[in-house]
Amino acid sequence: MANVIETFKLTKSFNGLTAVDKLDISVETGEIFALLGPNGAGKTTTISMLCTILKPTSGTAKINGFDIVKEPMQVRKSIGIVFQDPSIDDRLTARENLYMHANLYGVPASEQKNRIDSILKLVELEDRADDLMRTYSGGMRRRLELARGLIHYPKVLFLDEPTVGLDPQTRDHVWKYIRELKKAHDITVVLTTHYMDEADKLSDRIAIMDYGKIIALGTSDKLKETLEGDVIIIKANNAEGVMSLLTEKMGLPGAHVVNGTVEVTVKNGKSMLPRIVEAATQNDIFIESISLREPNLEDVFLHYTGRTIRADSGREPHGIAAIQRRKIR
Amino acid sequence: MSELRGLYTLWLREVKRYLRDRVRIVSSFFQPLLWLVIFGVGIGASLRGAIPIPGLTYQQLIFPGIIGQTLLFTSMFMGISVIWDKEFGFMKEILVAPISRVSIFLGKMIGDSTDALIQGIIVIVLGLALGINIDPMTFLVSLPIMLLITFGLVSIGLTIASFMGSLESFGAIQSFINLPLFFLSGALFQIQSLPSWMQDISKANPLTYGVDALRNVILGAAWQPFQVQPLFVDIAIVGAFDVAMIIIGTWAFSRMK
Repeated sequence: MANVIETFKLTKSFNGLTAVDKLDISVETGEIFALLGPNGAGKTTTISMLCTILKPTSGTAKINGFDIVKEPMQVRKSIGIVFQDPSIDDRLTARENLYMHANLYGVPASEQKNRIDSILKLVELEDRADDLMRTYSGGMRRRLELARGLIHYPKVLFLDEPTVGLDPQTRDHVWKYIRELKKAHDITVVLTTHYMDEADKLSDRIAIMDYGKIIALGTSDKLKETLEGDVIIIKANNAEGVMSLLTEKMGLPGAHVVNGTVEVTVKNGKSMLPRIVEAATQNDIFIESISLREPNLEDVFLHYTGRTIRADSGREPHGIAAIQRRKIR
Repeated sequence: MSELRGLYTLWLREVKRYLRDRVRIVSSFFQPLLWLVIFGVGIGASLRGAIPIPGLTYQQLIFPGIIGQTLLFTSMFMGISVIWDKEFGFMKEILVAPISRVSIFLGKMIGDSTDALIQGIIVIVLGLALGINIDPMTFLVSLPIMLLITFGLVSIGLTIASFMGSLESFGAIQSFINLPLFFLSGALFQIQSLPSWMQDISKANPLTYGVDALRNVILGAAWQPFQVQPLFVDIAIVGAFDVAMIIIGTWAFSRMK
C-alpha cells in the first residue's frame, strides 16, 4: 500500500465556521509529512479528525485502510498521537505511564517490558524512568510522550506542534528523537507546525495550510522553486520610500516590510541588486544595507497568501483553534 | 479481553494515585473523628440518654451514619479526578485509546469506589479505637455494602464532573448535593421520629437505605425495631440506584469529547 493516509473531501465546521474545507491529501507510507500553517489554519482540527477525536462534518479519510468514521477502533489501534498540550499523568512515574499506555492499547503482557526498556533507552530517559513525571522538565515530558506514542507500534505517528514552547536546544533534541524513532520503527509521521524551520528540516513533504485549505504541497525544495528567484532584503532610512520605489517605479510586485526591512522576491537577484541601489540613490533614499538570499518557506507562504505566517504565530490560539481546543478539553 | 485489561489499568491508576496522596489519607481521619467525638459525645450528653433506642448511645447510633457520610463525601469528591484529567490533558490520552467508553467509565468508577471504600474502612478503624464494638464478621459483611453504596455515589460525582469545565463550578455543585443527601439520610438521627413531609423526602434519598443497611449490619438486633427496611430490601434499593447511575454515567462519558 503506497498511501497510508488518504482523505476524501474531509470537512469540519464549528457553528457555521468552516475549519477544514474539503481536504484531499494523501500521505505515503514511510514519509514525514508536515502540515504547515498559522494558528487557526485548521491543522489541529484535521489531525483531530484523523485521530477520531472529532467527527467530520462531511467527507472521510482512510488510515491504514480503515475508515475514520466507520472503523474508529481499528484506526485508533493503527495510530500514535502526541498532543499539542501535555497529556501524561504527572502523579505516576515514566515507566508507569508507559505500562498504562501499553495496557490500554492491548500490547501483549510478555512484550511490554522489552518494548518499554528499549524505547526508554532511545529517548534517553532510562535513568529517570522510575521518577514521578512531575519532576520532569518540559523537554523530558515531550520525549516521554514521543516514546509513549510508539509503544504499541503504530503505523502512523501524529505529532501536533511537537516542539511548541520548548527552547531551541531542546527543539533540536526532539527533532533528533523524531528522526531516530522514525528510522527505528519504520513508521509514517504526520506533524503540524507553525514553525518554518521545523517543517523545512524535519519533513519529506510539506502541505501549506491556510483557512482550512491546502494552498501548496510538495517537498521543501519544490515549494521554494515555485518562487523562481531570490529574495532581496533592503534596510534603508525610509522603508515606505523603498516600497513605493520598488512597486511603482521599478514594477516589482510582492514587496513587503518585515520588522522595518523591505523584502522582495525577484527573478534574477544578482543583476537586480545594483539596479535597486542605483534607483534608490537617484530618489534620495539612503540604503544602510542590502543582501540577497534564497527563498525560504516563509516566502512561499507569503507568495500564496499575501501574509506572513509570523503575524499569527506566537500568540494564544484564537478563532477556530481556540473553540476547538476547548471542545477537546 | 483487551477491554478488561484497559478497565483494570484505569482502576489501578486511580488506586495508585490515591495511595500516593499521603496528606489526603492522613487528613481523612480528621473529619469523622470530629463528628464521632465532639458532635457524638456533645449531642449525646445534651440528650442525656433520651435516645429512643434502648441499649445504644448517640455515638453508636451515628457511627454507621458517619461511615455513610464519609462514603458520600469521598465518592462525590472523586469526580474531581475527571476535572484534573481534563485540565492536565490526560483525559485525551484515555479518550483516544482503543477501548470503549463503558470500560473507561467502569475503570474509573470502580477505582474511585475502591478509594472511597478505603476511607470507609478508616472510619471503622477509628470507631474501634473509640471503643465501638465491631466483630470481624460484621466488618467483613460491611465491606461489600460500603462498596455498593459508593458505586452509585461515585457515578453521580463522575457524571457531574464530566459536564463541568472547572474545579470551582464542580465544588459549588457538590455542596448543593452533599449536605442535603447527608442530612436527609438519617445519618444523625432515626427518620421515624421526623415529621411526615421530611420522612417522605428522606425515603426518596438513596443514601437513607445505605445508612440503614450499615445500621442493620453494625448495630444488629438493637436497630431492628427501628429499621427503615430489612437489610435485603436496603441492598436491593441501593443496587437498583447503582445500576441507574452507572447507566447515566456511561452515557455522560460517551458524549465527552
